Amino acid sequence: MNPSTRTDLEAALSDRPLTQGSLPRRAPWITLAAAIVIGLVLTSFGVATGLAALVTAVLYGVTIFAWSLAVEGPRKAKDRVVAAAVTSAFLLALAPLISVVVTVISNGVNRLDAEFFTYSMHGIVGEGGGVYHAITGTLLITAVATVISVPIGLLCAIYLVEYATGRLGRAITFFVDVMTGIPSIVAGLFAYALFALFFGPGVRMGVMGAVALSVLMIPIVVRSAEEMLRLVPNELREAAYALGVPKWRTILKVVLPTAMAGIATGVTLAIARVIGETAPLLVTVGITTGVNMNPFDDRMATLPVFAYRQFSSPGIPPEPAIDRAWTAALVLIAVVMLLNLAARLFSRLFAPRSRA
Amino acid sequence: MAKRIDVADLNIYYDKTLAVQDVSLSIEPRSVTALIGPSGCGKSTFLRSLNRMHELIPRARVEGKVMVDGQDLYAPDVDPVTVRSHIGMVFQRPNPFPTMSIYDNVAAGIKLNAKRMPKSELDDIVERSLRQANLWDEVADRLHKPGSGLSGGQQQRLCIARAIAVQPDILLMDEPCSALDPISTQKIEDLIGELKADYTIVIVTHNMQQAARVSDVTGFFNLRGVGQPGHLVEIGDTATIFSAPSNKATEDYISGRFG
Repeated sequence: MNPSTRTDLEAALSDRPLTQGSLPRRAPWITLAAAIVIGLVLTSFGVATGLAALVTAVLYGVTIFAWSLAVEGPRKAKDRVVAAAVTSAFLLALAPLISVVVTVISNGVNRLDAEFFTYSMHGIVGEGGGVYHAITGTLLITAVATVISVPIGLLCAIYLVEYATGRLGRAITFFVDVMTGIPSIVAGLFAYALFALFFGPGVRMGVMGAVALSVLMIPIVVRSAEEMLRLVPNELREAAYALGVPKWRTILKVVLPTAMAGIATGVTLAIARVIGETAPLLVTVGITTGVNMNPFDDRMATLPVFAYRQFSSPGIPPEPAIDRAWTAALVLIAVVMLLNLAARLFSRLFAPRSRA
Repeated sequence: MAKRIDVADLNIYYDKTLAVQDVSLSIEPRSVTALIGPSGCGKSTFLRSLNRMHELIPRARVEGKVMVDGQDLYAPDVDPVTVRSHIGMVFQRPNPFPTMSIYDNVAAGIKLNAKRMPKSELDDIVERSLRQANLWDEVADRLHKPGSGLSGGQQQRLCIARAIAVQPDILLMDEPCSALDPISTQKIEDLIGELKADYTIVIVTHNMQQAARVSDVTGFFNLRGVGQPGHLVEIGDTATIFSAPSNKATEDYISGRFG
C-alpha cells in the first residue's frame, strides 16, 4: 500500500467517524432528580401524588428525549424514551405489591408476639388470643389438598404427555383449561354439595375444604407438570427404550427424575396459590375458635377465614380483632413467601447437575 | 452374541406415507455394515426398524420381515422391549441420563430393568463396559460424578458403554460421530473396529470416508425423487462399492457429483 492511498483511506474514514456525541453518564439521574424535584414542588402545592408522579414521568421522558436528540441523535433519543417507559411500567406494576406489603406489615406488626402463635381463640373475648388453631388448620387442610391433588395431577400430566393420542388427550387438556378458570366459590360449593350428598346438609369437615382446594389445585399441578414433562428431551426416552427398558419404567426412572425439579417447583407454587383461598373454605370448613386436629370431624379454623371473620365481625371494642386480622394476613403472606422460596430451593436442589 | 440379520422386502411407513421401500439385505455376524446416502433417504428409519424403535412414533409401522438368527422380529408374539434389550443402539447426539452418575449410566440397562445382581458383579460389568468403550482410564476416578459433565466425545463413548453393558447381539449406530470433533471421531472409529470382534454392527453415516474406514460392507440408500420413498440402491463389499460401484447413482454420490 503506497503512502498516497493510505492518506486517501484516512480521509475517507474521517468522513464516517465511529464516535459521536453522547450524554454524560449521570445525565439520566440529573434529569430524573430535576423531574422529581418538580413533582415534589407540585405536591406541595396540593396536586395529588398520582398526578404528580405522572407529571414527573412525562417530564423526564420529554426532557431526556430533547436533550438526547440534540446531543446523541434520534436513535439513542428513542432508546432512552423507551427505556424510561418500560421502567415506569415496571414501577407501576410493583407499586401495588409494595403498598400491600407495607400496609400489612405496619398494621400487622402490633400483634406479632409469642401469644399470637401459641394461643387459639378459645374463650377469648376482646384483647389477646392467637392463630395457633388457624395455622394448624391451614397446614392440615392444605396438606390434605396436596395429598389429593399431586397424585391425580401428576398422573394426569403423565397420561397427557406420554400416552395420550388424539381426541381423549385433547378433551382432557380442554377440561383442565376450563378447570383453571373455575371461580373458587364454585369449587367450595361443589365440595359442599358432594359431602352434603353423603352426610346430609350442614356438614362441616376439614377434608371438605381440602377437596375444594384440590379442585383449584389439580389443574395448576397438571399444567405445570405437563410443561415440565414435555421439556424432558425425547432422546432420553429413546435411550432408555433402546436399552430394553419398558415404557412405565422409563417414565418412572428416567423421565420423572429428570423433570423432578420443575414438578416440585410447580407443586409448591400451586400450594402457594391455594393456601390463601377464603371463599371455598368459608362454605365448607367454616371457622371455629379452638384447635381441631381432625380433618374428618367438624369445623376447622384457617388463616384466611380467620382474618376475614375477625375483620367482618370484630365484636366490641373492634380494635383487638382488627389487629388480629392484620397479623393473620401478615402470617399468611409470610407463609406464601416461604413457599415461593422453597420452590426456588427445590428447583436448585433437584436440578440435574453437570458437575458436582 | 453377534447374530446375523436378514431383511426381506421391508417397507417402512409413517402413517400412510411409505418412507422406505422394498429393502432386502443380509448382514453377517461380527461385521460392520455402513449405510450411506443423502439426507431423508431413510437410512435412519431403516436402522430404527431393526430394533423396533421405529414404531415408537405414533402411527408408524413396518411391513416385511427382519430375521435375526432366524427369528422374525415382527412376529406377532415378539415383545419389542425384549427385542431392544438384545439389539442396542447409539444415537446421533450423546444422550447420557442427566440425573445419573457415570457409573449409573453404564449400569442403567441393568438397574432400570430392576435386575438383581451382587454389587461386585455390577462393578465388573461397569468396568468391563467402560474398558471396552476405551473410557475407563478417563473416568475411573470419577465414576460417581454426573455423566453430563463429560466432554461430547466422552459422553458418546459413555453411551456406547451403556449400550454394550447389557451385552446385546447387535449394535446399531445412528451417525454416532456427527456431533463430535475429529479426535473423538477417530477414537470411536477405533472402538468400532474393536467391538467388531464381539458384535454385529450397523452404522449410519453421512461421512463417506468414515464408511470406507470402518466398514466391511457398505449399503447405499437413495431417493428416486422428491416425495418418493427411499430404497436400497446397492450393497456390497466396501472396497467394491468405493472403487467399482455397479450403479451410476452410487458412483455419482461417492464421487461427490450427486444431484
